Amino acid sequence: MSALLQVRGLSRHYGQRIGCEDVSFDLHPGELLCVVGESGSGKSTLLNTVAAQLAPTAGNVRYRQRDGKWLELGALSEADRRRLAREEWGFVTQNPRDGLRLNVSAGANVAERLMALGMRNYGQLRDIARSWLERVEIDATRIDDAPTGFSGGMQQRLQIARTLVTQPRLVFMDEPTAGLDVSVQARILDLLRRLVNELGLAAVMVTHDLAVARLLAARTMVMQGGRVVETGLTDQILDDPQHPYTQLLVSSVLTT
Amino acid sequence: MSSSQVWSEDSGHDGNVHATRKYAPSPRRGEGWGEGLGWPCPPLHQGTFCSDFTQKHSSSARRPLTPTLSPKGRGSDIPAMNYNFAFLDEDTKRMLRRALLKAVAIPGYQVPFGSREMPLPYGWGTGGIQVTAALLGPDDVLKVIDQGADDTTNAVNIRRFFARVAGVATTEHTADATLIQTRHRIPETSLREDQILVFQVPEPEPLRTLEPREAETRTLHALADYGLMHVKLYEDIAQYGHIATSYDYPVLVDGRFLTSPSPIPKFDNPKMDHSPALMLFGAGREKRLYAIPPYTRVESLAFEDHPFEIQRWEHQCELCGSGESYLDEVVVDDRGTRMFVCSDTDFCGQRRAEAQA
Repeated sequence: MSALLQVRGLSRHYGQRIGCEDVSFDLHPGELLCVVGESGSGKSTLLNTVAAQLAPTAGNVRYRQRDGKWLELGALSEADRRRLAREEWGFVTQNPRDGLRLNVSAGANVAERLMALGMRNYGQLRDIARSWLERVEIDATRIDDAPTGFSGGMQQRLQIARTLVTQPRLVFMDEPTAGLDVSVQARILDLLRRLVNELGLAAVMVTHDLAVARLLAARTMVMQGGRVVETGLTDQILDDPQHPYTQLLVSSVLTT
Repeated sequence: MSSSQVWSEDSGHDGNVHATRKYAPSPRRGEGWGEGLGWPCPPLHQGTFCSDFTQKHSSSARRPLTPTLSPKGRGSDIPAMNYNFAFLDEDTKRMLRRALLKAVAIPGYQVPFGSREMPLPYGWGTGGIQVTAALLGPDDVLKVIDQGADDTTNAVNIRRFFARVAGVATTEHTADATLIQTRHRIPETSLREDQILVFQVPEPEPLRTLEPREAETRTLHALADYGLMHVKLYEDIAQYGHIATSYDYPVLVDGRFLTSPSPIPKFDNPKMDHSPALMLFGAGREKRLYAIPPYTRVESLAFEDHPFEIQRWEHQCELCGSGESYLDEVVVDDRGTRMFVCSDTDFCGQRRAEAQA
């Protein structure tokens, strides 16, 4: 099977400082890749560079479109980049307030990407928004409520609905469960696992939580100081870590 | 006042004193456009200076009405009217005309321009007044309306301003005007090809309430990425059951640029579609000009199942009986009695005059 995303030798520097250095990986359709590492290890820089929101210092990212053509993301025009982000990709931010439009209702948040794609039938938009709210376990009667009145967990679920409503092929997630309490995290992870399976999404997820990687990802990449120190099957990495930093990371997880 | 014979003073039945000129459409419109600095001589120095005010005070007709800071002018009897024709200097007018030409060439696109300080506050029509100043020629006949009315403060003052600084004829009759500056309405009387409508615009960016970043809205315009505007209409329907936006209703000009029609009621939106008259928009505070050229397609945004609709009234105008004009609801006493009257005073007045005749 051909890959969806090819990252080769990707570096992003902030002046003299290294954001991420010489990262390469392939992502296949339907695959969820977790990037783990401590704070400041370059996970979010890597994610933003791969998603073409930051310009790479070196290296390149290629993406295979729906029509099978490969796109060189570095050479993409602003118009094409936005079209990709609108039609084929999704981005879930850590803080749902960054990803949501807070001054409009939950329904409008879910329907916005559909309207951006040109859907102009209010009744249909409404039905789709309702069904997506139910899919992410938000009461459909709250469709006209402002997201500011939602709890943190609900806001994150709303952001997930808003991102997935256009059925993107590739989703970038930046610590979607950080800052939520454990029971809410569990529900969101459960939801994500179900949706990723249902929709056959490919996703790159950044997290510092190894349990998230264990639960969702087939493959995991461990980063330290901007470099990938270990990569492989999630179970392999978590059960038999080879690199000293990975060993430290795995051993420092609290067990009850 | 050598040329004052062409003016006739008309104390209208409404008590408004204003000058009207026996008007014949001028074939010379636009001749002065390319001349840049070349007004032969500001008419004020030729003694053609004329306004409703000076006509009433003819003894002081040649004296400047506003003291200026000319070394000789202040405190002396020597006329020192230092205004250029139509107030703005010729370089500024040239800059405005260039921006206007660009605006006409790209219908609906917001052209930045160097907005000047004008002798009225932002929000009172500084954009419209600059566009009017750039367009006025000595043969123009100017009409100014505010909310459809010719006799409100804003309209009276802008009309008087141009009568004073350009000496042009003014009128209240839509059909007689070559240039109409307007705030919040398009006249009910159909406009013609030889007329220009100038709108005063407070906020030229229709996406602003949803997207506060100027760089982002410009990018959205460049990419024609207008899904966001429907978010606002969606919110309207979700909250009120129908599209409750009743003024400044967003339009798509020539199938390309999302444009604010200025705060006119959506009742007037259909008049913009394929209008024979050129429509120009000036936003002084935001420093933007844009245009809808004659016979340009102007669509009001809507949903398939919630089509665009204009306001309707169960009443008719209580003065002229019109059932198809835009009506204002006016509270007439302190017991809550209301009456509905045409917002376009000229349209209403003419219908009443015809009914009497």
